[in-house]
Amino acid sequence: MRLQKNTSLALYSVLEFAGDPQRHIPAAEIAAKYGVSPHHLAKVLADLARAGIVESVRGVGGGYRFAGNARRLTLMDVIQRFEDIAPRSAGASSTPVERALDTVLAEIDDNARATFGSITIATMLRLIERQAASATSGAGPPRVRAR
Amino acid sequence: MKLIWVNLSRIAMAQIEAPARRRAAPSPRGAGTGRPRVGRLDEALAIRPVRRRDLDPVIAIDAVVTGLEKRAYWLSVYRRYGTGTHPERAFLVADLGGRVVGFVIGEVRDWEFGSPPCGWVFAIDVQQGVRLGGIGTRLLEAIAARFRAAGVTKLRTMLMRDNTLILSFFRSQGMMAGPLISLEMDIEPARP
Repeated sequence: MRLQKNTSLALYSVLEFAGDPQRHIPAAEIAAKYGVSPHHLAKVLADLARAGIVESVRGVGGGYRFAGNARRLTLMDVIQRFEDIAPRSAGASSTPVERALDTVLAEIDDNARATFGSITIATMLRLIERQAASATSGAGPPRVRAR
Repeated sequence: MKLIWVNLSRIAMAQIEAPARRRAAPSPRGAGTGRPRVGRLDEALAIRPVRRRDLDPVIAIDAVVTGLEKRAYWLSVYRRYGTGTHPERAFLVADLGGRVVGFVIGEVRDWEFGSPPCGWVFAIDVQQGVRLGGIGTRLLEAIAARFRAAGVTKLRTMLMRDNTLILSFFRSQGMMAGPLISLEMDIEPARP
């Protein structure tokens, strides 16, 4: 499945901040790393700040830092702030063909929600760490540093 | 022989590589309070094979979650997994200073669903008051070590997808979705 661009940006940002929670990371650094405009990213970060997932730090050396609980916050918690992946309403389809197709799509959605809802940011950081460790030698540093 | 039996509402059926010893990870999240300090817990905690007299606390731990005291059922589980007569079967308990506070049950199964031999975890539970202290992790590591000694390198489990608590625990241990897909259907009543 593909997530919307803002959702992906939000997840990248949260993982970057949570991977180095003591550091104030400038939005421009994240924007450059993932090839997006700082203006676009700023809107995403503002949404995350309103949700209490990140907090902004003003002044010299300012930026953003992780403000959530990495062992509690799940991918689903972040995703659902940017796109609707709620269960489909049962009565929306009128024909047997639509209902049959909706049944299949609902199965996919149920599994996606179960996956996103069960993976915490802390689990993701460990997964990133493992991915980095299994990368071929000389492949460069991990994109996100796990605690 | 029953294949899948215990506490499946609290069990996963994902698949992981048999985990190597790794740093402590959180045990199942839950309503636990009085979180023990890991250092102190490490000193007092032992993961060991179940004994017949451990069944009462095991039944009590299970009853808190399921709301049912299934004594006859647990006796049959003990006879099948806890007597130590089959090295491919494991029923381990977490003994915290002489008190049983958790358990894990599983066995190595061969060529099930077309899969090469792998270890299945059927049940894992930790008493609510001592969760979040790494006991679940220690239990899973212990049964993985049993499976590894039996020559398998995969560990699998299955659970309800809305059971976020245990699903998150297994995820935190590194488990990912495996190649098996669970399917089911209603069996229509026989036609007259």
